[in-house]
Amino acid sequence: MTRKTNMALAFSDEQAMILESAKSFCRDRSDIAAVRSLLASDNGYSTDIWAEMVALGWTGIAIPEQYGGSELGIGSTIPLVESMGRHLLSTPYISTTIASQALLRGGSEAQKAKWLPLLAEGSIGTMALLDNEDWGAGSTSCVLTESLKLRGSKLLVNDAAVADFFIVSATHNGAQVLVLVEASQLPKDALSRKVLIDDTKRAFNVDFNQIKISADAILPKGETALRDIKLLGALLTAAEATGSCAAALDVVVAYITSRIQFGRLIGSYQSLKHPTVDILIGMDSARSLIYHAATILGDEPLDQDAEIACRMAKAQATDALLFAGDRGIQFHGGMGFTYECDAQLYLRRSLWVQHQYGDAQHHRLHLASLILD
Amino acid sequence: MSNELQELRAEVTDWIKHNKPADPGFLLPQTFMEVGSERVLDFLREWQHKVWSAGYLGMAWPEKYGGRGLSPAHQNLVDAEMKLARVPICFNVIGLGWAGPLILDKGTDYEREKYLKGILNAEDIWCQGFSEPNHGSDLGSIQTRAKRDGSDYVINGSKIWTTMGNYAKYMILLARTEAQTERKYNGLSFFLAPMGAAGISTQPIQKLTGEYGFTETFFTDARIPADCIMGEEGQGWRIAMQTLQYERGAEAGAAGGISILSIVMNDLLKMTQDIQREGQPLLKDPVTRENLVKFFIEEKALYLANQRIAIPALCADYPNSLALSGKLRSTEFFRRMRQYALTLQGAQGSLYVGDEDAIDGGFWQRAYMNNFSTTIGGGTSQVQANIVGEHVLGLPKD
Repeated sequence: MTRKTNMALAFSDEQAMILESAKSFCRDRSDIAAVRSLLASDNGYSTDIWAEMVALGWTGIAIPEQYGGSELGIGSTIPLVESMGRHLLSTPYISTTIASQALLRGGSEAQKAKWLPLLAEGSIGTMALLDNEDWGAGSTSCVLTESLKLRGSKLLVNDAAVADFFIVSATHNGAQVLVLVEASQLPKDALSRKVLIDDTKRAFNVDFNQIKISADAILPKGETALRDIKLLGALLTAAEATGSCAAALDVVVAYITSRIQFGRLIGSYQSLKHPTVDILIGMDSARSLIYHAATILGDEPLDQDAEIACRMAKAQATDALLFAGDRGIQFHGGMGFTYECDAQLYLRRSLWVQHQYGDAQHHRLHLASLILD
Repeated sequence: MSNELQELRAEVTDWIKHNKPADPGFLLPQTFMEVGSERVLDFLREWQHKVWSAGYLGMAWPEKYGGRGLSPAHQNLVDAEMKLARVPICFNVIGLGWAGPLILDKGTDYEREKYLKGILNAEDIWCQGFSEPNHGSDLGSIQTRAKRDGSDYVINGSKIWTTMGNYAKYMILLARTEAQTERKYNGLSFFLAPMGAAGISTQPIQKLTGEYGFTETFFTDARIPADCIMGEEGQGWRIAMQTLQYERGAEAGAAGGISILSIVMNDLLKMTQDIQREGQPLLKDPVTRENLVKFFIEEKALYLANQRIAIPALCADYPNSLALSGKLRSTEFFRRMRQYALTLQGAQGSLYVGDEDAIDGGFWQRAYMNNFSTTIGGGTSQVQANIVGEHVLGLPKD
């Protein structure tokens, strides 16, 4: 079967303003020195900058007005996240945005009324989804028992140390559920920090064993929300990756237009020039795809076009950044082999990005049945 | 959409239903660069004449020159329906998209009278004489000379890659009227040259497909009337560049008509659906699926780029990137996609046009080979990558 392809791409004046202010904010707050100063910090981000972002209303962008947000939709977070990726500005923004979407799409009225206003005001939420290395796993080994106790641990939970709550995927009476666990429910030793390849990120394994869940902490539409959440997670990661890819390109261009070898600027050699153009083209494709997805996503459950858009965006952004990160090291020569060289930041980012919410091959596998059958 | 346009749509779809030609029994050209035999020429000439007679070509050109005096929107709507229905191309592309709009825009009334109708009804085929042997797409280096002699210009030199040079009645010709100028572009002039003039001869070039479509064109003391010049001496480069702008469509002045039968991923998918391996559809093979999806992603990004280019806020960091990389991105995509199609055909992939067992009559084989005209012509992909590197990223020249 061949299907008609959705090619919508629009960008409102409002979104253009968000993008403009996001760009200058991220540029001002997150130069490379600032990024490096946070690499060894506990939480990996500046609470001052987070407070500023909250004050700017960024955390409420995709939250409906009735819950204290500005109701601009998830698509309007894409320019923000791309800008953050561009300046390697790490905050719990992506984690929190995804968690708020989980509540918005899967939560009860009471859950939304309680948590969404808090999220708009800067509370932090995160998803606890993985219980093995497979982002593509359709099921989870984490169980919510009949007596409403969790049994299981979750891997690589982003920003877990600063999260006010977790949305945990589990099976309950054979069905997939999402449950909300507040940070205060966890014992002190529940979190163990993981050593990540991307020093700008923070993730933890979290032991949820024996945590008692009250019935009203189960998201009533968790099962359908879960599918959409994974797709939105892929899209937000793709947006961040696209920004990082543009930044990696800038770093390469700056170097090869200033470094002289054999009497010539090395950017004049076609063996460097042409692959650098390939980085640009890969980034451009990713950017077209993320803003296409941003255009067609609404608050309603994701339809087939939206699923295709999110998966394509993630597959393309992943591959583009992997290529940019890899060539970025190589083109810096000996300098590229050092920790001092900024190119390593993007290589590490690429290796982190590729697995978040599924690698490129995982998404292409799903795209195959969506497009080819 | 206005009622008028809606009615037009209904009218044209109905017309197509009754007039779309049956399979002629030979492979039709995907582009005007594939008109390699008299039978293809006759077929396409008849088709374009039919489209024009029905009122579906030159719709935005004035009535007195064979048009209908309607809006570009009318033409665009008709073209879109024709494209959807995959009718044959309107093959007089240099006339419809380059020479015609130029004459309409800059020509005299006499020239409009003389040339425009013949462009639309396909009686007068036009060709283009820009590229020269050994200079590829570096037009600044044009060596063909045009020397004023009384009421004539005398032309000496040669042009290459003249599409339909052997069938054309007129050529838009770029030649050097002055040898020594400070900037090499300043010595060029632009002519509407009659191909029938004594001293002009053409030599068909056999393409790698084994077919024809281009000629080399020789000028040996060829005399053309001095009033064939467009503009003044020395303005040739500027006029040539202007000519390229018209191509962009009916809004820009082109007569319209579909000039290319595109091959898209859904065509490849369709081909793949029919291929069996070990009693199973090839489409069940995971490696094939992975590869097809990669191409689908690339194709979608290509089409989306055409829309993002119109949104400056989303092109702010490298503003001319999508425009300058467009040719590189699309032509290389189509080359790899067509090449991949052949890898899926198994033993049939080694057959060629003319063999009864070739898939789709050898369509993919020919399409792959012909695609090199786009990755080479108009600046090779390698030159394009230099242009993008230098003008988008600011990388130093060689």
